[in-house]
Amino acid sequence: MEETGVRILVVDDERAIRRFLRASLSAHGHTILEAAAGREALSAVAEQRPDIIFLDLGLPDMDGVEVTRQIREWSDTPIIILSVRDREADKIAALEAGADDYLVKPFGMGELMVRMRAVLRRVWQAHRQEAVFQSGELKVDYTRRRVWVGEREVNLTPTEYDLLKLLAQNAGKVLTHPHMIQKIWGSDLIGADHLLRVNISNLRKKLEADPARPQYILTEAAVGYRLRLE
Amino acid sequence: MPDSSETPSTRMTPSNPLGVFPHSTRGEGEAANPQRGRLKVYLGYAAGVGKTSAMLSAARDRAEAGVDVAVGVVNTHNRPEMEALLSDLPQIPLRKILSPERVQTEMDLDAVLNRRPALVLVDELAHANLPGSRHPRRYQDVLDLLEAGLDVYTTLNIQQLESLGDVVQQITGGIVVDALPDFVLDGADEIELVDLPPDELLERLRDGKVHLPPEGPETQPGFFRKGNLTALRELALRRTAARVDVQMRDYMAARDITGPWAAGERILVCVSSHPLAERLVRTGRRLAGDLDAPWTVAFVETPGHVRMRPEQQQRLNQTLLLAEQMGAEVVRLTGVNAAETLLAYAHAHNITKLVVGKPRWPRWVEWARGSITQQILRKSGSVDVFIIGETAAEEKSPSMRVFLHSPAWRYAAAAVLVGGVTLLGVPLHGRIEPTNLVMIYLTAVVLAALFLGRGPSMLASLLSVLAFDFFFIRPTLTLSVADTEYLITFAGLLLVGLVISNSAALVREQVEQLRKREAFTAAINALSRDLTGLSDLDEMLRAVIRRIQTDFSRDVVLLLPENNHLKVAAASPRLEKLGEEEMTAALWAFQHNRETGLGTSTLPQAAMRCIPLQTVHGLVGVMGVQPAEAQGLLTADQRHLLESFASLAALAIERARLAQQASQTQVLQSTEKLQAALLHSISHELRTPLVTITGALSSLAEGEAAPALQRELAEAAYGEARRMNILVGNLLDMSRLESGAFRLNRQPSDLWDLAGVALSQFGERHPERQVLTDLAEDAPLLDVDMALMVQVLVNLLDNAAKYSPVPAPIRLLGRLEGEDVILSVADEGVGIPPEDLERVFDKFYRVQTPAGPSGTGLGLAIARGIVEAHGGRIWAQNRPGGGTIISIQLARWAERQVG
Repeated sequence: MEETGVRILVVDDERAIRRFLRASLSAHGHTILEAAAGREALSAVAEQRPDIIFLDLGLPDMDGVEVTRQIREWSDTPIIILSVRDREADKIAALEAGADDYLVKPFGMGELMVRMRAVLRRVWQAHRQEAVFQSGELKVDYTRRRVWVGEREVNLTPTEYDLLKLLAQNAGKVLTHPHMIQKIWGSDLIGADHLLRVNISNLRKKLEADPARPQYILTEAAVGYRLRLE
Repeated sequence: MPDSSETPSTRMTPSNPLGVFPHSTRGEGEAANPQRGRLKVYLGYAAGVGKTSAMLSAARDRAEAGVDVAVGVVNTHNRPEMEALLSDLPQIPLRKILSPERVQTEMDLDAVLNRRPALVLVDELAHANLPGSRHPRRYQDVLDLLEAGLDVYTTLNIQQLESLGDVVQQITGGIVVDALPDFVLDGADEIELVDLPPDELLERLRDGKVHLPPEGPETQPGFFRKGNLTALRELALRRTAARVDVQMRDYMAARDITGPWAAGERILVCVSSHPLAERLVRTGRRLAGDLDAPWTVAFVETPGHVRMRPEQQQRLNQTLLLAEQMGAEVVRLTGVNAAETLLAYAHAHNITKLVVGKPRWPRWVEWARGSITQQILRKSGSVDVFIIGETAAEEKSPSMRVFLHSPAWRYAAAAVLVGGVTLLGVPLHGRIEPTNLVMIYLTAVVLAALFLGRGPSMLASLLSVLAFDFFFIRPTLTLSVADTEYLITFAGLLLVGLVISNSAALVREQVEQLRKREAFTAAINALSRDLTGLSDLDEMLRAVIRRIQTDFSRDVVLLLPENNHLKVAAASPRLEKLGEEEMTAALWAFQHNRETGLGTSTLPQAAMRCIPLQTVHGLVGVMGVQPAEAQGLLTADQRHLLESFASLAALAIERARLAQQASQTQVLQSTEKLQAALLHSISHELRTPLVTITGALSSLAEGEAAPALQRELAEAAYGEARRMNILVGNLLDMSRLESGAFRLNRQPSDLWDLAGVALSQFGERHPERQVLTDLAEDAPLLDVDMALMVQVLVNLLDNAAKYSPVPAPIRLLGRLEGEDVILSVADEGVGIPPEDLERVFDKFYRVQTPAGPSGTGLGLAIARGIVEAHGGRIWAQNRPGGGTIISIQLARWAERQVG
């Protein structure tokens, strides 16, 4: 599926980067809006109603995480962070603040387009509650709580199923470890970190053809997990 | 207990409005700590006098005056009058403790501390908490509350006071359970005596208005007799009156008013492992209280104590502990003669009164051994001596058995020895004078004394006399004696035999004690020798653990602080995973610099004893010691040795820490030099890709190249840009590592997950390379910073790709080795010259090959930096069939880490 005509707000204080993104994205048939600072971005979101926001973290007037937080107070417009900050703590902070995805600069255009499509598809499908989730060979039937990989039905423990369902309902989005622990076990369970790793590991052994090269449950090292969206 | 308004109870309140800290064995006349809460005790002489209702009424008055009052725990025993008093006071919910039979409740100490009311009501100060509580006793909870600055009102029956235990037992005939150490009451800021004439108490009892505790003296059939009650009442009145006196004197002392001071009395109580000792301690405490004199409890360790049996040792320890709880200074003296040692101590410390016990020894034992009491009396000089006799109940003293305690075979051996000597004497008989045969018997006695011990040698003396008489003195083969002169010979033989027995045994015991001392010194020497040779912290910790395991046969764990948490740094196998209680005990020991856990009064349910490791500069960690299966407590000597071990270990840990800091400083100094070299090497590497990129892009900008060429140029520029990005990333990582600016974010990490992320990143960079994986199925979670460890793996894979030709596969292997996980990356490339196997991890090192692969030589250096920051190991080997294997060793995630 290929979306065209998406209204994209690019927020970055580097003119060169805005220019390069405008050139490349316009070539794909999208409409580009620009903002060079945080406040400018906030008013642009309110007035021009973009479909998606590409947001830099290091803005001159306010931090991108703060911008994300303020936008999330009143808008669900998807946000993809594009930043040179590659530390896991920065990624977690942005994702917890409400960003939908995080891409470290420099990035390839191909990668950016894939992420954008995934985020948009998820947002657009969020209203239609589908009874069956499908990604590649993986199929999750929410109504019957059953899971297949191709023709093979997979037996999951209740926790494994809950984890998979959580990932599938947010397919394509990185879910941070604290977020997943909160959703599955509640907030203050000691040793939940450990449980999460063990359950994901077991889930992979059941779903993946080669658990060392997972195709469905992808790891964002030290940040969280993401279910691949085909 | 009904409201006190309907009964004419009188109160005597030696309140303390002057703000002087009351007489206390912990700090006499010391000014009150302004932060500390105030303790008020409602003291009564029996259940039913109205303590609780008096306390509740006072608390209601305070609450009406606007003080924030909360009820910690008050048991109304479902009496409506009490419920009414309690009704409008806010109550802090009790903590439920589940036991198999029922749900029980205790005061929730943590909830009270969190709620922080100004005044807390805590009923029944002497109460013993259920197992599973923070402290075994409620008064310890109260001390915590006071420490936290909360005021506490509480209630107490006079009979529950530790030092009155035996008096109460004499009065009532019932045993006091849950006695309260005296220092708690002594430390109270205010005591209010709740009094009720015995007649009225008896009347209320008849009306069923008194709730009786489930155990204790009150349950004795004849407890509530007027005589008993009057006696108890007198005790309570006297105790309160004495306090008024003490407060007055403290006040005068605080204001520098001279007055009729006690004439500098000092009391010394001498105890042994005898059951009588406990009574001596109580007597000493009462005497000290009456005279307002400091008192000391002393135990003299003589050579004979080497053979003290465990139960005696334990009784002695309990006695000394009791003395400590009652506020005595406890000293352990060593000497050959107990009486002389005690008197020397007494004279050196200006003791005026000496309390000693007089056990009921048989006369002959006293004669053989000398009565210590007699010796003391003879040499006491100006010191008053109080002698406390043994009662019939205490008489079943096992000490006599100890005195002659030896295994049966030794007695048998003594008998055989005498028999042998007799056989030897038979051929000599007739050739030499019978009196000279005595010498042979004496030899036997000496041998028995030297090798068999006191008892067997005394037996030998006796048997010698009998055998000598029976076989060699006319008329032979009878015990009768024809020549009465021989009676003198017998007496001499017996006397000399007994004296030799005693002195030889004494020498033997001294030798044994010396040997023990020597073993003690040797053990400390061995440990300190082990430690001096080492500089690595982990090795030191292992050495300490090894020593304690062999010398005490106990399991040990050493916990060191790390990022504000206490972490297991090294442990015996059984203690690697600590339970929650043990961890709490260790943390408590560290935070309060106090021994906790097994055998102490804080968190005694923990399975190990936690000893804080202290040096002059502060605490460096905690040592936990756990007895192996069903072993008893440590003897005093062993505990002493263990303490020495602990301080040695603390010093070693501190030394290692200081060495670490010194080496860090060194690293910092060399950083500048390093950065210069870095710049030099890097400028070349950064420019090279820029050449390609600039060239390609300028050609594209001209826009005249054919489409196929355009694509080729763009791809070349893209490839070089990506290479530059990796290079810049490496440089940033290196500078983070060098500056120590990164922090490890250790999380439980799955080996498969780690490999998966690394392989996918590697695959993006080198789609042409084939990687074969072989990872252990049952690999445990690793204790690593996942993101950094992924980078290590990617660097290793990159390195393998760089130094091996394209079709050859790269292998990623993960296997378990003991407790650790070993990850290896193997290639089939050129290998590393053996002399350079160590150097490959140095910065800017590159294996010299004709083709000269490009790179900064930083990948492996970064990998080493990260692995070593995790406390892991990284090393390179050449593969037998050609190529290189680089391996890293990583620790598994320990499930019970604090934090």
